[in-house]
Amino acid sequence: MNNIYVYCEVENGVVADVSLELLTKGRKLANQLKCKLEALVIGSNLASIESQIFPYGVDRINVADDERLFPYTTHPHTAITVKLFQEEKPQIALMGATSIGRDLGPRVSSALHSGLTADCTSLEIGSHEDKKEGKVYENLLYQIRPAFGGNIVATIINPDCRPQMATVREGVMKKEIQSATFKGELRNLEVKKYVHDADFMIKVIERHMEASKVNIKNSSIIVAGGYGVGSRENFDKLHELAEVLGAEVGASRAAVDAGYADHNRQIGQTGVTVRPKLYIACGISGQIQHTAGMQESAMVISINTDANAPINKIADYVITGDISEIIPRMIKYYKKNSK
Amino acid sequence: MNGLRIIVLAKQVPDTRNVGKDAMKADGTVNRAALAAIYNPEDLNALEQALRLKDKYPGTTITILTMGPGRAAEIIRESIYRGADRGFLLTDRAFAGSDTLATSYALASAIKTIGEFDLVVCGRQAIDGDTAQVGPQVAEKLNIPQITYAEDVISVVKNKIKVKRRLERGVELVEGPLPLVITVNGTAPECRPRNAKRVMKYKHASSVSERQNSSEDYIALYNERPYLNIPELNLKDTKAVEAEVGLSGSPTKVKKIENVVFQAKESKVLSANDEDIESMMVELISNHTLG
Repeated sequence: MNNIYVYCEVENGVVADVSLELLTKGRKLANQLKCKLEALVIGSNLASIESQIFPYGVDRINVADDERLFPYTTHPHTAITVKLFQEEKPQIALMGATSIGRDLGPRVSSALHSGLTADCTSLEIGSHEDKKEGKVYENLLYQIRPAFGGNIVATIINPDCRPQMATVREGVMKKEIQSATFKGELRNLEVKKYVHDADFMIKVIERHMEASKVNIKNSSIIVAGGYGVGSRENFDKLHELAEVLGAEVGASRAAVDAGYADHNRQIGQTGVTVRPKLYIACGISGQIQHTAGMQESAMVISINTDANAPINKIADYVITGDISEIIPRMIKYYKKNSK
Repeated sequence: MNGLRIIVLAKQVPDTRNVGKDAMKADGTVNRAALAAIYNPEDLNALEQALRLKDKYPGTTITILTMGPGRAAEIIRESIYRGADRGFLLTDRAFAGSDTLATSYALASAIKTIGEFDLVVCGRQAIDGDTAQVGPQVAEKLNIPQITYAEDVISVVKNKIKVKRRLERGVELVEGPLPLVITVNGTAPECRPRNAKRVMKYKHASSVSERQNSSEDYIALYNERPYLNIPELNLKDTKAVEAEVGLSGSPTKVKKIENVVFQAKESKVLSANDEDIESMMVELISNHTLG
């Protein structure tokens, strides 16, 4: 009772990175709150799923395994989650801010009349004093997220309703194994107690999923291009530089919208969040929506024809000029000086 | 298939995507007054999906429902110019401060007031909050299914709707029974432009609150042409419980708001010449950032 729950997504027998990141965060919050960390896994063929989850320090895994529960559809997953939460009364429930978590989360929160905060970038424990009511709340979950197009950062709380629900995007939290040998309790839920046949009203007729091939999130060096790169051909120069430096290529939303790069390379509020060792921003003006996804980079180089581009304010090196001249020079002098 | 009764949920939002120089104050905070009020982009994608169904299934009616202050009637006019049939403005001071759950409850109450429907369509999310919660929560409050992340509503046959969904790592084709709620992605086709004839016909359409100060001539015009009246719904009309809307109906509370201020750091300004680029690359290699 009153534990922390993480809803874990599974595709092809593999637990999603975002779920493992949330388990890592959930473990820390559970230690702070002195409660248990539980995982909820809903799907089919989940026989060996616990070996992927227990190392994150999970005290109990609740598994609902039924062939009809994969692929995900809204109603059956909602029914199980809602009923389990009514029985177990968790204080906190976390989900990935994915197309599954953002479909399931609001439905569950509405059914339980509990508050949900989307796309949190930070989760902390803190207290709150309601001066009007003269009440002090201890150990609330601070759900911190950008709002208003990234121009403000809001701290949201749910003082009275439980569970306190939040979604977090992939790559925002760090994934860290607690102990490879950690073992908790495994509980198999009796599916037919939680779901009715009528819950399966949405049929998935066709499904094409691709494993994400581009891995900008885990790359320590990123060469990113914006609208200022000018064309898909010019983007090839970014790929050349990335190849030489062992980097990945990223893009701003404007560059993706213009067709210079594919969506899976998009960095920023509507793409992925990255924190590489080095971020080379080419022709990126630095709208807040973009910088929200890269401002934690350890070092930033900005290459822009506009000496006053906003991104220059957060750059360590500002080079004013044309990428078609600068990138070949970077390649040349990297090759010359590296061993 | 006979005509469908479609309700489109649309929202007027500040244009947070075009935060120009004048939109930031000297202290680095947002100057909200400098942001234009626009039609939430994904709600326009949703309207287009509804209009396509209307093209395909004659007899379909499209009703717009928007919640906001008086000036949000603009959303209804804009929708009618593009082909929607009518619209309701849900407006009441009691709704102020509503979070997504209280908003969804108010919208669901208004939908029940408007009457029977086959389909509720809305954008996946609004650019001022980016939560994507209102669509699914309205569906839950109405106790009907939802299909989120829709990119293309393919067909409606015998009360079954087929929808293509665009997810972050792929696509899905799903089928579900009417009535249901569909939320539409920005990857769906853009909305068609205004129709000039409809603009001429409806440009004077307005709501009661907008007409408060108009002259008697105008009042006569609305008696003569009732289609120019944009109906308003308030809390009482929807029979919503007051404690369930506004701040009191919102489980989430905003504890703190911080404006994002760009932190200027010491940057090295280089030119594009060979010496500068070489010295930078040497520095990056020697401090192990590269290589």
